[in-house]
Amino acid sequence: MEINERIREFVVENCLFGDTSVDLTDDTALLDSGIIDSTGVIEMVFFISETFGLEVPAEDMLPENFNSIARLSAYIEQRIPVG
Amino acid sequence: MQFGTHVLQLDVEAETNHIVTVMRQVIQQDFRRRGAVVGLSGGIDSATVLGLAVRAFGAERVLAVMMPEKASSPVSEQYALQLAEKYGVTAIKEDLTAGLAGLSCYARQDEAVRSVFSDYNPAVDKIKLVLPGDLLERGSLNVYSLSLTGADGVERRRVLPVAAYLQIVAASNMKQRSRMLMLYYHAEQRNYAVIGTANRNEHAQGFFVKYGDGGADIQPIQHLYKTQIYQLADYLGVTQEIIDRTPTTDTYSAECSQEEFYFRLPFEQMDLIWYGLDHDIPAVDVAVALQISPQQVEHVYRDLAQKNRSTEYLRAKPIMVR
Repeated sequence: MEINERIREFVVENCLFGDTSVDLTDDTALLDSGIIDSTGVIEMVFFISETFGLEVPAEDMLPENFNSIARLSAYIEQRIPVG
Repeated sequence: MQFGTHVLQLDVEAETNHIVTVMRQVIQQDFRRRGAVVGLSGGIDSATVLGLAVRAFGAERVLAVMMPEKASSPVSEQYALQLAEKYGVTAIKEDLTAGLAGLSCYARQDEAVRSVFSDYNPAVDKIKLVLPGDLLERGSLNVYSLSLTGADGVERRRVLPVAAYLQIVAASNMKQRSRMLMLYYHAEQRNYAVIGTANRNEHAQGFFVKYGDGGADIQPIQHLYKTQIYQLADYLGVTQEIIDRTPTTDTYSAECSQEEFYFRLPFEQMDLIWYGLDHDIPAVDVAVALQISPQQVEHVYRDLAQKNRSTEYLRAKPIMVR
């Protein structure tokens, strides 16, 4: 499964409580729309750790890395070691 | 006139008269209560509310209740007593430590802390919850870390997993809810009303406990920014020690300012930026007034909006299904 699809699945399950009727594109603003709140951010940090084996340092917990599925995917991709 | 700190300047006499008039109307005429109970913490907000209550009802019809528990700073009680004496108000002390221990408040909190720091020893280690301090510079997200300072003075910090974070907060919220319970005991015993002490910052950003310090019959300073509370406090003759004191949470064993626990920047900056957000002032104008960049103002605009949105649940009344 692609990274963005795994994130989408997590967001739908944990932040939207399984509601698939919400129009959730890769560019939907997760923070600004309230889909992810502060508790959701912590859940996402630990989801990334468990799923991709990446520790997210405090200095990376920024809106530009967390505000959409596309941004989260890009952040994870650039953190995953090549090869 | 150029945007600046003057927008937060109160006519303190007129504001005091307005609040006192409303307090009398609501408490005596509408609620038919004979006086007021104020939970006096030794901080600026409850001190100001005590001053307002004395003006509204007279010192003889106001009761101040101090409710320390084992994590409270001893100086809080000292400052509270000094103020009550200055106003001529009867002050009583209700130590909540035993009651909270009976509810396993401390045991529940300690259990959650040990899930993060397995060597945590509550007898000697000091803990607090903190947010990143770089809101202005980087606009970082509100992710809590647990800070533990050992007996050797060395501090360790770890980002809190959700379960531990929620358990620590749920346990510490027992403190505010126990205070609400005690305030209503004393209010009902005297046919008095409970006067709340939340300010605008706390209410709108969700820095209060639902049915805890948010549980009161009237909130006389909830419409005022924190810097305006200081103006009123000065006018009402609040003691200088309380005015000069850094606002703290007085909730965790380590000293923790409200800035590092929740607000993330000094009140002087936050209030002006918040006023700008409330009144649709362009970020660039606020930036000029504070001598920071428009991007920094935007970081705070975003944080304020996010906190307000994510804490709507706290401000909501119980919803009746029709």
